[in-house]
Amino acid sequence: MSATTTTRRTATSAPPSPQPRRRGRRERRERRNWLAGLSGWIWLAVIILPIYYVVITSFKNQAGFFSSNPLLPTLEPTFDNYALVLNAGFTIYLANSLIVTIGAVVPALLVSFMAAYAIVRGRGRFISFTSTVFLMGLAIPLQATIVPIYLIITKMGLYDSLLALILPSAAFALPISVLILSNFMRDIPSELFESMRLDGASNWSILWHLVLPMTRPAVVTVGIYNALQVWNGFLFPLILTQSPDKRVLPLSLWAFQGEFSVNVPAILASVVLSTIPLLVVYIFGRRQLLGGLTAGFSK
Amino acid sequence: MSTSVDRKRTAVRARQRTAGPSGWFAVPALLLFGAFALLPIFGVVALSFTSWNGLGAITFDGTASWQKVLADPVTLNAIVVTGKIMLFSFIVQAPISLLLGVFTAGVQKYRALLAVLYFVPLLLSSAAVAIAFKALLDPNFGIGPVSGIAALRQDWLGNSDLVLFVVVFVIAWQFVPFHTLIYQGGVKQIPRSLFEAAEIDGASRVQQFFAVTLPQLKYTIITSSTLMVVGSLTYFDLIFVLTAGGPGYETRLLPLHMYITGFRANDMGAASALGVILVVIGLALALLLQRFGGRDRSASQLEGA
Repeated sequence: MSATTTTRRTATSAPPSPQPRRRGRRERRERRNWLAGLSGWIWLAVIILPIYYVVITSFKNQAGFFSSNPLLPTLEPTFDNYALVLNAGFTIYLANSLIVTIGAVVPALLVSFMAAYAIVRGRGRFISFTSTVFLMGLAIPLQATIVPIYLIITKMGLYDSLLALILPSAAFALPISVLILSNFMRDIPSELFESMRLDGASNWSILWHLVLPMTRPAVVTVGIYNALQVWNGFLFPLILTQSPDKRVLPLSLWAFQGEFSVNVPAILASVVLSTIPLLVVYIFGRRQLLGGLTAGFSK
Repeated sequence: MSTSVDRKRTAVRARQRTAGPSGWFAVPALLLFGAFALLPIFGVVALSFTSWNGLGAITFDGTASWQKVLADPVTLNAIVVTGKIMLFSFIVQAPISLLLGVFTAGVQKYRALLAVLYFVPLLLSSAAVAIAFKALLDPNFGIGPVSGIAALRQDWLGNSDLVLFVVVFVIAWQFVPFHTLIYQGGVKQIPRSLFEAAEIDGASRVQQFFAVTLPQLKYTIITSSTLMVVGSLTYFDLIFVLTAGGPGYETRLLPLHMYITGFRANDMGAASALGVILVVIGLALALLLQRFGGRDRSASQLEGA
């Protein structure tokens, strides 16, 4: 964040000089690092092989799967497996995943943004208590509390509903969100707050017109990180829902595995289909996504 | 003199009163966190002294659940398995992510391209990763039988000597990309001038790595390691789908043992006792890591508020 603010500040006076970077590149080119390059390609193979296998297998028919070489793509690709998965309720699971992810991430972002503002700019015992609570929340493996969460959800009459997934997922997202957001807010110069105050701005207007624009990268980071966590979450759906029409995608993969049993190509087609939404986000928003994650955790 | 001090003091006090937002801004977050995270933490302690099958009435049962859990050899086994997976996956992931982070932070074009592909596993859910590897490692139809290499013809997930290492490998496959990203960001923040100075001093690439990169990454290493170690207490879904804890009890780690005890064997009291053990281990590890690695920068920043 400090980097962003400095860039923004210097951008008005003079464009940042590209000099040092170019020099670094020239020196690197003189001495090639063959060992690093080789290891880099080997790791690429490790990463790609399983993905390649999943994709090519999902286009095979069942007979072809049993008889063909698993590492060669089939010459007669079939979309039957995808049709099978789509007809087995996939769109419902996709919609459920979307509802749960948006339903958990947006409120979590909103309340953690407010809490981070209070922690960074506020004073007093209550606020330091708040900050301690969220710090402790980072250290505790919250998954350890599934039994009482199950109890609370059933007592609230929410068992087997999407709200049952949204509420604890949002709560679990708070510690890391508050931490990252407050780290970024701390870099906003105090003078900016004070001058807005002198102009008579309310807390809400400061949040909206000063803090939000200055911490946008952090908000993106936190939003993306939490969305990934909730989207891929498995434990809460497993213990808090039951009926097929409340299934989210990760749980549906597990269920498909039971339903299709030996039809491995169909199971792998469901894996591919469940990944496509995030893959689309990755292709179009890669810079934002990776940049956001790096900015938040490397600070 | 005294009046000016007084005046300054009132001014400071006045600014404090008007400058900060009130605590109310933190209340919604605290309420949400209180209801679904803090209350459950106290709840798990309370429930560990009860007997409950998940449906019927909850009855106070003293220390019966604790006695059962502590006497059960499967509990100790689960703790040992958790420790092994934590240790091995740290040993595997930490150096690979560090090196890949440095590698992908390089300015070469091909490295940027490789990085795009390295991060794809970040998008997959644990369930998807587990299902993919389960198919890939199948003893009859996976890649082992057709590779023609005898050493790859193994029942990877059914052999109790191998399964732990397979699980560690799959964990690394899934989580190294995330830690690579953290290290990449850390390396990019190191001032170029430090490398240039080292180069002028005639430092080799390896010397630069140990003299500049590694010390400059101290806080990144602490952050990543903490996430890795505490995170390994939450590897539930991956192992649940991949091996379901088997063969036998070989990969039944603590969170999985807790789930099976509570939601399969319907013994919520014992599952809560296991949950308490998990919380205690997590807290102890986090404290230990802070001691060991010096104060985490982000943590101390937050405390300074």
